[in-house]
Amino acid sequence: MLLVLSVALLRIRDLFTVAMLTGIYSLVIACFFMLQDAVDVAFTEAAVGAGITTVLFLTTLSMVGREEAPISRINLPALACVAACGALLLYASQDMPAWGDPQAPVHQHVAPRYITESAAEVGPPNIVTSVLASYRSYDTMGEVGVVFTAAIGVLLLLGNGARRREDNEDDAEDQP
Amino acid sequence: MIQKPSSMRENPILRGVTSITLGPILLFAWYVQWHGDYGPGGGFQAGVIFAAAIIAYALIYGLDRAQHFIPPKAAEIGVMSGWLLYIGTGVLNMLLGANFLDYDVLASDPLHGQHYGILAVELGVGITVAAVMIVLFYAFAGRRHR
Repeated sequence: MLLVLSVALLRIRDLFTVAMLTGIYSLVIACFFMLQDAVDVAFTEAAVGAGITTVLFLTTLSMVGREEAPISRINLPALACVAACGALLLYASQDMPAWGDPQAPVHQHVAPRYITESAAEVGPPNIVTSVLASYRSYDTMGEVGVVFTAAIGVLLLLGNGARRREDNEDDAEDQP
Repeated sequence: MIQKPSSMRENPILRGVTSITLGPILLFAWYVQWHGDYGPGGGFQAGVIFAAAIIAYALIYGLDRAQHFIPPKAAEIGVMSGWLLYIGTGVLNMLLGANFLDYDVLASDPLHGQHYGILAVELGVGITVAAVMIVLFYAFAGRRHR
Protein backbone atom coordinates (compact mmCIF):
# COMPACT_ATOMS: atom_id res chain seq x y z
CA MET A 1 0.00 0.00 0.00
CA LEU A 2 2.71 2.47 1.03
CA LEU A 3 4.84 1.29 -1.90
CA VAL A 4 2.01 1.87 -4.39
CA LEU A 5 1.43 5.35 -2.95
CA SER A 6 5.15 6.20 -3.11
CA VAL A 7 5.42 5.15 -6.77
CA ALA A 8 2.27 7.11 -7.59
CA LEU A 9 3.73 10.17 -5.82
CA LEU A 10 6.87 9.91 -7.95
CA ARG A 11 5.05 9.46 -11.27
CA ILE A 12 2.25 12.01 -11.02
CA ARG A 13 3.03 15.49 -12.37
CA ASP A 14 -0.17 17.19 -11.17
CA LEU A 15 0.82 18.76 -7.85
CA PHE A 16 -2.77 18.98 -6.56
CA THR A 17 -3.05 15.19 -6.80
CA VAL A 18 0.38 14.84 -5.20
CA ALA A 19 -0.68 16.99 -2.23
CA MET A 20 -3.80 14.88 -1.76
CA LEU A 21 -1.79 11.65 -2.05
CA THR A 22 0.71 12.79 0.63
CA GLY A 23 -2.30 13.36 2.89
CA ILE A 24 -3.54 9.83 2.19
CA TYR A 25 -0.01 8.51 2.77
CA SER A 26 0.02 10.17 6.21
CA LEU A 27 -3.38 8.68 7.02
CA VAL A 28 -2.15 5.18 6.08
CA ILE A 29 0.96 5.71 8.24
CA ALA A 30 -1.31 6.84 11.10
CA CYS A 31 -3.31 3.59 10.79
CA PHE A 32 0.00 1.69 10.79
CA PHE A 33 1.06 3.43 14.05
CA MET A 34 -2.37 2.66 15.45
CA LEU A 35 -1.91 -1.06 14.69
CA GLN A 36 1.38 -0.92 16.60
CA ASP A 37 -0.44 0.56 19.63
CA ALA A 38 1.43 3.87 19.27
CA VAL A 39 -1.76 5.89 19.66
CA ASP A 40 -0.03 9.14 20.64
CA VAL A 41 2.08 9.12 17.47
CA ALA A 42 -0.89 8.12 15.31
CA PHE A 43 -2.83 11.09 16.70
CA THR A 44 -0.10 13.54 15.76
CA GLU A 45 0.49 12.02 12.33
CA ALA A 46 -3.22 12.14 11.46
CA ALA A 47 -3.61 15.77 12.57
CA VAL A 48 -0.31 17.22 11.30
CA GLY A 49 0.53 15.00 8.34
CA ALA A 50 -2.91 14.38 6.90
CA GLY A 51 -4.53 17.64 8.00
CA ILE A 52 -2.45 20.76 8.45
CA THR A 53 0.42 19.89 6.08
CA THR A 54 -2.03 19.17 3.26
CA VAL A 55 -3.72 22.53 3.82
CA LEU A 56 -0.34 24.32 3.79
CA PHE A 57 0.58 22.49 0.55
CA LEU A 58 -2.71 23.52 -1.06
CA THR A 59 -2.30 27.13 0.06
CA THR A 60 1.17 27.18 -1.49
CA LEU A 61 -0.13 25.57 -4.69
CA SER A 62 -2.78 28.26 -5.04
CA MET A 63 0.12 30.76 -5.20
CA VAL A 64 2.59 28.91 -7.42
CA GLY A 65 0.33 26.91 -9.78
CA ARG A 66 -0.35 23.20 -9.85
CA GLU A 67 1.87 21.90 -12.67
CA GLU A 68 5.33 20.51 -11.93
CA ALA A 69 8.08 21.57 -14.32
CA PRO A 70 8.94 18.62 -16.61
CA ILE A 71 12.26 16.88 -15.93
CA SER A 72 14.34 16.99 -19.09
CA ARG A 73 16.98 14.32 -18.31
CA ILE A 74 18.09 11.94 -15.59
CA ASN A 75 20.83 13.34 -13.32
CA LEU A 76 23.29 10.42 -13.15
CA PRO A 77 25.45 11.55 -10.15
CA ALA A 78 22.29 12.18 -8.11
CA LEU A 79 20.92 8.76 -9.06
CA ALA A 80 24.19 7.09 -8.04
CA CYS A 81 24.22 8.97 -4.72
CA VAL A 82 20.64 7.96 -3.91
CA ALA A 83 21.26 4.34 -4.91
CA ALA A 84 24.39 4.19 -2.71
CA CYS A 85 22.52 5.63 0.30
CA GLY A 86 19.66 3.19 -0.22
CA ALA A 87 22.08 0.25 -0.46
CA LEU A 88 23.80 1.36 2.76
CA LEU A 89 20.47 1.60 4.58
CA LEU A 90 19.42 -1.84 3.36
CA TYR A 91 22.81 -3.23 4.46
CA ALA A 92 22.49 -1.60 7.91
CA SER A 93 18.95 -2.89 8.36
CA GLN A 94 20.34 -6.45 8.31
CA ASP A 95 21.91 -5.82 11.75
CA MET A 96 18.73 -4.55 13.34
CA PRO A 97 17.00 -6.80 15.88
CA ALA A 98 13.82 -8.52 14.76
CA TRP A 99 10.64 -6.42 15.11
CA GLY A 100 9.11 -6.87 18.58
CA ASP A 101 12.15 -8.75 19.95
CA PRO A 102 12.10 -8.25 23.76
CA GLN A 103 15.89 -8.79 23.91
CA ALA A 104 16.58 -5.81 21.62
CA PRO A 105 18.95 -3.25 23.23
CA VAL A 106 16.30 -0.51 23.13
CA HIS A 107 14.07 -2.60 25.43
CA GLN A 108 16.90 -3.38 27.88
CA HIS A 109 18.25 0.05 28.81
CA VAL A 110 15.80 2.44 30.54
CA ALA A 111 12.49 1.07 29.27
CA PRO A 112 12.05 -1.54 32.07
CA ARG A 113 12.42 1.20 34.69
CA TYR A 114 9.84 3.39 32.92
CA ILE A 115 7.39 0.50 32.83
CA THR A 116 7.87 -0.77 36.39
CA GLU A 117 8.64 2.41 38.33
CA SER A 118 6.89 5.30 36.56
CA ALA A 119 3.60 4.77 38.43
CA ALA A 120 5.44 5.18 41.75
CA GLU A 121 7.87 7.90 40.64
CA VAL A 122 5.73 10.09 38.39
CA GLY A 123 2.14 8.89 38.64
CA PRO A 124 0.17 9.18 35.39
CA PRO A 125 -1.18 5.88 34.02
CA ASN A 126 -0.07 6.93 30.52
CA ILE A 127 3.64 6.08 30.56
CA VAL A 128 4.16 8.00 27.32
CA THR A 129 3.18 11.20 29.10
CA SER A 130 5.46 10.38 32.06
CA VAL A 131 8.44 9.84 29.77
CA LEU A 132 7.68 12.83 27.57
CA ALA A 133 6.93 15.42 30.23
CA SER A 134 8.94 14.22 33.23
CA TYR A 135 11.79 11.77 32.52
CA ARG A 136 12.62 13.44 29.21
CA SER A 137 11.35 16.95 29.83
CA TYR A 138 14.65 18.46 28.61
CA ASP A 139 14.08 16.77 25.24
CA THR A 140 10.52 18.05 25.08
CA MET A 141 11.66 21.56 25.97
CA GLY A 142 14.07 21.35 23.04
CA GLU A 143 11.31 20.11 20.75
CA VAL A 144 9.07 23.03 21.68
CA GLY A 145 12.08 25.23 21.00
CA VAL A 146 12.37 23.73 17.51
CA VAL A 147 8.68 24.40 16.84
CA PHE A 148 9.15 27.96 18.15
CA THR A 149 12.17 28.47 15.87
CA ALA A 150 10.18 27.20 12.87
CA ALA A 151 7.48 29.80 13.51
CA ILE A 152 10.07 32.57 13.87
CA GLY A 153 11.70 31.48 10.60
CA VAL A 154 8.42 31.50 8.68
CA LEU A 155 7.47 34.88 10.16
CA LEU A 156 10.81 36.34 9.10
CA LEU A 157 10.55 34.91 5.57
CA LEU A 158 6.86 35.40 4.80
CA GLY A 159 5.75 37.98 7.34
CA ASN A 160 2.50 37.86 9.24
CA GLY A 161 -0.55 38.13 6.98
CA ALA A 162 -2.26 41.06 8.68
CA ARG A 163 0.80 43.26 9.06
CA ARG A 164 1.67 42.78 5.39
CA ARG A 165 -1.64 44.25 4.31
CA GLU A 166 -1.15 47.25 6.60
CA ASP A 167 2.29 47.75 5.03
CA ASN A 168 0.76 47.70 1.57
CA GLU A 169 -1.81 50.31 2.57
CA ASP A 170 0.97 52.51 3.96
CA ASP A 171 2.90 52.06 0.71
CA ALA A 172 -0.20 52.96 -1.30
CA GLU A 173 -0.61 56.15 0.75
CA ASP A 174 3.06 57.03 0.26
CA GLN A 175 3.06 56.37 -3.50
CA PRO A 176 0.67 59.02 -4.87
CA MET B 1 -7.68 30.75 -9.07
CA ILE B 2 -9.87 32.79 -6.75
CA GLN B 3 -13.07 31.31 -8.15
CA LYS B 4 -12.50 27.89 -6.62
CA PRO B 5 -12.17 28.77 -2.92
CA SER B 6 -15.17 31.10 -3.07
CA SER B 7 -17.35 28.38 -4.60
CA MET B 8 -16.04 26.02 -1.89
CA ARG B 9 -17.07 28.55 0.73
CA GLU B 10 -20.60 28.78 -0.64
CA ASN B 11 -21.05 24.99 -0.66
CA PRO B 12 -23.87 24.46 1.87
CA ILE B 13 -22.69 20.94 2.77
CA LEU B 14 -19.18 22.12 3.64
CA ARG B 15 -20.52 25.09 5.61
CA GLY B 16 -23.00 22.91 7.50
CA VAL B 17 -20.52 20.15 8.32
CA THR B 18 -17.93 22.70 9.46
CA SER B 19 -20.35 24.55 11.71
CA ILE B 20 -21.52 21.26 13.27
CA THR B 21 -18.10 19.70 13.79
CA LEU B 22 -16.20 22.81 14.86
CA GLY B 23 -17.44 22.78 18.45
CA PRO B 24 -16.78 19.06 19.05
CA ILE B 25 -13.27 19.41 17.54
CA LEU B 26 -12.42 22.28 19.90
CA LEU B 27 -13.88 20.36 22.83
CA PHE B 28 -11.89 17.28 21.81
CA ALA B 29 -8.69 19.35 21.74
CA TRP B 30 -9.49 20.52 25.27
CA TYR B 31 -10.11 16.93 26.37
CA VAL B 32 -6.87 15.66 24.79
CA GLN B 33 -4.99 18.50 26.47
CA TRP B 34 -6.15 17.79 30.03
CA HIS B 35 -6.65 14.05 29.79
CA GLY B 36 -3.22 13.35 28.28
CA ASP B 37 -1.88 11.79 31.48
CA TYR B 38 -4.73 9.26 31.70
CA GLY B 39 -5.21 8.40 28.03
CA PRO B 40 -3.44 8.96 24.75
CA GLY B 41 -2.72 12.55 23.91
CA GLY B 42 -1.05 15.59 25.40
CA GLY B 43 0.09 19.05 24.49
CA PHE B 44 1.37 18.35 20.97
CA GLN B 45 -1.78 16.51 19.91
CA ALA B 46 -4.17 18.97 21.54
CA GLY B 47 -2.31 21.89 19.96
CA VAL B 48 -2.56 20.56 16.42
CA ILE B 49 -6.21 19.53 16.85
CA PHE B 50 -7.09 23.04 18.09
CA ALA B 51 -5.14 24.63 15.23
CA ALA B 52 -6.81 22.29 12.71
CA ALA B 53 -10.22 23.51 13.90
CA ILE B 54 -9.19 27.15 13.48
CA ILE B 55 -7.73 26.45 10.03
CA ALA B 56 -10.91 24.64 8.94
CA TYR B 57 -12.90 27.67 10.11
CA ALA B 58 -10.62 29.99 8.16
CA LEU B 59 -10.92 27.83 5.02
CA ILE B 60 -14.71 27.87 5.02
CA TYR B 61 -15.62 31.22 6.58
CA GLY B 62 -12.64 33.25 5.40
CA LEU B 63 -9.34 34.36 6.86
CA ASP B 64 -10.72 37.64 8.18
CA ARG B 65 -13.30 36.02 10.45
CA ALA B 66 -10.70 33.55 11.77
CA GLN B 67 -8.33 36.45 12.46
CA HIS B 68 -11.15 38.24 14.23
CA PHE B 69 -11.53 35.17 16.47
CA ILE B 70 -7.77 34.70 17.04
CA PRO B 71 -5.87 37.86 16.03
CA PRO B 72 -2.40 37.27 14.51
CA LYS B 73 -0.92 39.27 17.38
CA ALA B 74 -2.49 36.89 19.93
CA ALA B 75 -1.12 33.87 18.04
CA GLU B 76 2.37 35.39 18.05
CA ILE B 77 2.15 36.03 21.78
CA GLY B 78 0.99 32.41 22.21
CA VAL B 79 4.07 31.15 20.36
CA MET B 80 6.29 32.79 22.97
CA SER B 81 4.19 32.37 26.11
CA GLY B 82 3.81 28.60 25.73
CA TRP B 83 7.54 28.02 25.70
CA LEU B 84 8.02 30.55 28.50
CA LEU B 85 5.43 28.66 30.58
CA TYR B 86 7.42 25.47 30.01
CA ILE B 87 10.75 27.03 30.97
CA GLY B 88 9.09 29.00 33.77
CA THR B 89 7.88 25.76 35.35
CA GLY B 90 11.48 24.55 35.35
CA VAL B 91 12.74 27.80 36.83
CA LEU B 92 10.03 27.67 39.51
CA ASN B 93 11.35 24.25 40.53
CA MET B 94 14.85 25.72 40.81
CA LEU B 95 13.50 28.55 42.99
CA LEU B 96 11.86 25.95 45.23
CA GLY B 97 15.20 24.22 45.68
CA ALA B 98 15.03 21.29 43.24
CA ASN B 99 16.69 20.66 39.90
CA PHE B 100 15.48 22.32 36.69
CA LEU B 101 12.25 20.58 35.54
CA ASP B 102 12.18 18.31 38.62
CA TYR B 103 8.52 18.67 39.62
CA ASP B 104 8.63 16.84 42.96
CA VAL B 105 8.69 20.08 44.96
CA LEU B 106 5.60 21.69 43.38
CA ALA B 107 3.34 20.12 46.03
CA SER B 108 3.82 18.55 49.46
CA ASP B 109 3.48 15.10 47.90
CA PRO B 110 6.03 14.34 45.12
CA LEU B 111 3.42 12.51 43.02
CA HIS B 112 1.08 15.51 43.13
CA GLY B 113 4.02 17.76 42.34
CA GLN B 114 4.80 15.64 39.29
CA HIS B 115 1.15 15.84 38.24
CA TYR B 116 1.02 19.66 38.49
CA GLY B 117 4.35 19.96 36.71
CA ILE B 118 3.26 17.71 33.85
CA LEU B 119 -0.03 19.60 33.45
CA ALA B 120 1.86 22.92 33.35
CA VAL B 121 4.45 21.90 30.78
CA GLU B 122 1.83 20.12 28.66
CA LEU B 123 -0.23 23.31 28.65
CA GLY B 124 2.88 25.20 27.57
CA VAL B 125 3.49 22.71 24.75
CA GLY B 126 -0.16 22.91 23.69
CA ILE B 127 -0.22 26.72 23.58
CA THR B 128 3.01 26.93 21.58
CA VAL B 129 2.09 24.19 19.09
CA ALA B 130 -1.41 25.55 18.46
CA ALA B 131 -0.12 29.11 18.10
CA VAL B 132 2.72 28.06 15.78
CA MET B 133 0.36 26.14 13.49
CA ILE B 134 -2.03 29.10 13.36
CA VAL B 135 0.83 31.55 12.73
CA LEU B 136 2.14 29.34 9.89
CA PHE B 137 -1.30 29.19 8.30
CA TYR B 138 -1.85 32.95 8.66
CA ALA B 139 1.56 33.61 7.11
CA PHE B 140 0.87 31.35 4.12
CA ALA B 141 -2.76 32.34 3.61
CA GLY B 142 -2.07 36.05 4.23
CA ARG B 143 0.28 36.20 1.24
CA ARG B 144 -2.54 35.23 -1.10
CA HIS B 145 -4.29 38.53 -0.40
CA ARG B 146 -1.54 40.47 -2.15
